[in-house]
Amino acid sequence: MSLEEIKRQAASEWKAMQNSPRPRILIGTATCGMAAGAEDILQALGKELEKNSIKADIMQVGCIGLCYAEPLIEVIKPGKPSVFYGNLTPELVAEIVRDWLAGDNPRPDLAMGTRGEGTLEGIPKLFELPVLKPQIRIVLRNCGNIDPANIHQYIANGGYEGFIKALKMKPQEVIDEMKKSGLRGRGGAGFPTGTKWQFCHDAPGTIKYIVCNADEGDPGAFMDRAVMEGDPHAVLEGMLIGAYAIGASEGYVYIRAEYPLAIKRLIVALKQMEECGLLGDNILGSGFNFHIKIKEGAGAFVCGEETALMASIEGNRGMPRSRPPFPAQSGLWGKPTNINNVETWANVSAILQKSASWFASYGTEKSKGTKTFSLVGKVVRTGLIEVPMGISLREIIYGIGGGIPGGKKYKATQTGGPSGGCLPTSFLDSPVDYESLAAAGSIVGSGGMVVMDETTCMVDVARYFLNFTQSESCGKCIMCRLGTKQMLDILEEIVHGKGRKGDIELLQEIGDAVKNGSLCALGGTAPNPVLTTIRYFRDEYEAHINEKRCPALACRALVSYSIIPEKCQGCGICARACASEAIKGGKRMVHVIDQAKCVKCGTCLDVCPAKFSAVAISSGVPVKTLAEPVPVGGKA
Amino acid sequence: MKVAQATEGAPAVTQGPDKTIDSQIAEILAHFKGEKGELIPMLQQVQQRLGYLPEQAMKRIADFVHVPPSTVFGIGTFYAQFKLVPTGRNIVKVCRGTGCYVRGAPRIISEMENKLGIKDGDTTPDLEYTLETVACFGSCALAPVVVVNDKVHGRMTPDAAKKLIEADKKG
Repeated sequence: MSLEEIKRQAASEWKAMQNSPRPRILIGTATCGMAAGAEDILQALGKELEKNSIKADIMQVGCIGLCYAEPLIEVIKPGKPSVFYGNLTPELVAEIVRDWLAGDNPRPDLAMGTRGEGTLEGIPKLFELPVLKPQIRIVLRNCGNIDPANIHQYIANGGYEGFIKALKMKPQEVIDEMKKSGLRGRGGAGFPTGTKWQFCHDAPGTIKYIVCNADEGDPGAFMDRAVMEGDPHAVLEGMLIGAYAIGASEGYVYIRAEYPLAIKRLIVALKQMEECGLLGDNILGSGFNFHIKIKEGAGAFVCGEETALMASIEGNRGMPRSRPPFPAQSGLWGKPTNINNVETWANVSAILQKSASWFASYGTEKSKGTKTFSLVGKVVRTGLIEVPMGISLREIIYGIGGGIPGGKKYKATQTGGPSGGCLPTSFLDSPVDYESLAAAGSIVGSGGMVVMDETTCMVDVARYFLNFTQSESCGKCIMCRLGTKQMLDILEEIVHGKGRKGDIELLQEIGDAVKNGSLCALGGTAPNPVLTTIRYFRDEYEAHINEKRCPALACRALVSYSIIPEKCQGCGICARACASEAIKGGKRMVHVIDQAKCVKCGTCLDVCPAKFSAVAISSGVPVKTLAEPVPVGGKA
Repeated sequence: MKVAQATEGAPAVTQGPDKTIDSQIAEILAHFKGEKGELIPMLQQVQQRLGYLPEQAMKRIADFVHVPPSTVFGIGTFYAQFKLVPTGRNIVKVCRGTGCYVRGAPRIISEMENKLGIKDGDTTPDLEYTLETVACFGSCALAPVVVVNDKVHGRMTPDAAKKLIEADKKG
């Protein structure tokens, strides 16, 4: 079948599906949907449809990004706008099938929003909700809309049009289009993509390689996983375009083994590309050959660094080397190699499908387009978001994210993972783009965005990241290997109440040395979380060191739990839950925590009924507690 | 090259290699050409099949690819995915990514350590369970996350996680 015929078939299949007289139900079955229980919902759907004798099509789609509402379904009833239902349980599925599919009540009390033409009374339009309104979907254009395992659905939505357009252009024209778009690398560093391609294009040699960096290692980030699971062809089309522009005939996707579903989706997608003549020799009769191999990472954060990644593909320990030579001159097996990250490739296909000027109409002067972020941590609506560059952090956290849960106070946002930094309250109204985040001492990074509230200790967060980079350091550069260890030791002492005067200055001094004395970005950025928290939250370091107090009440060694005698009703729940048997009491007795036995696990605080709230946590002050249990209310 | 000659025909391992392991390794290696770039995929398959990298497997692979065993050992110890000691029948993984960390992963890790009586990275003496912590599963929006035998569970609490150990145990 020629591509024209495939396109016609894809379009008619898509149209038939849109006009089908049967209802259709879309369910998010990406990893996060599954983790939230999508499998139970799928089963319940099948059972309830059968029970109500309804014939409907169930389509498994990728992540639409509303992870806080998972498990999530979209119910499409012919002739009506589709309705999204979130936070489902099998019981709710039964009600929705009965009332909306078998009956005529869309259940506005359960619905999140509608999509498509028309309205339903009492249900808002989904994309008008605060969580979606500020978002622009370029990278995530198909996620949650199409079946990622069906190439026809991608093609029916404009897929591979970008590649076909590129084939009609000269390679240099494709590169010029990339330059015009202003796209910058989405892996973290923000290097202009068109310029990078130009280097590799201009490098002498007939054998060149393309690599897709899918080793999304930053803890707290999952944008690339969601794209590969929800729309793998968007990434692979980008690689085809890049390969054509640069003159590469072989490509690799280097993906971390922790993403089994994404790997599965890529394997299926590659097979479909071959079947459609979009991969292999003489693609679409153009004389252009391109093959893609998948390489699974084996669990090393440093392999996200391009020279380490190439070493790993070659079968070595993933240790970075010094540059130059840059991969564009001497990369995989000594050949010119171009490496871009998943999100960059997904942008490439969109730019060629539409146009460079369309892409450049989004974002700021120096940071064009959109950026995906995984919005997680202490925020009401966690999920995967895509926003135009330059949006304010406040709009993201309070608009899209819905603010901080539990009435807690906002403290900071961590961007850029272990290479980034913590942005304080004063940064809330600054634009999120490459330049302003760098000025604040952080980076855009690959897009992890972890929100922290007043109960998060910034010294502990710095310790957490240092612990991560220290154990992930490959060991090649002395400053990185030993410097991060020294910094971690100091931070461990501080959070354990053994900090000394001068520790802050010492951390800054070693931090600067590690930054300057490391070959790759891992060491070069490892001190960032420490240096930015010192810069913005020095008072917390000082409280730990000088007063042995953790203001966030988070550092185990510096807090104490006690029971407030006036509030305790002697119910005994805490004593039964205490694994260390540190709580003394008895029926109708005011309970007492034995400070010597307490391991400060916090279970008592969790289990004490909210109506009593009798467990207190404190730091840096003497614990006020009874010596022995006494009867509640002072009576026997 | 010397190593390859020494072990050809009669294995040079003194403690006597396990025959069943040997034949399984041979089966795995039959799918490869012996190129250096295949080293990590080979080790990944051995790891997946046997649950760890036995010394004899690393030596066989070194012979096959014509590199010193130290190179293979170096790779085996560099990447977190590889284990040099047998792992349990049930693998419990707790995520310690940033999203999970700020939402209570440390508590879950310590509760799991208590429940199983082992530390992070260890295996119970009866080889029933291995407890691991993982840098990030990328399901951060559903933090904290626990994975038992490859099934991902989101929005965990220490209590719910402890119950999973029993519920998801392989028969």
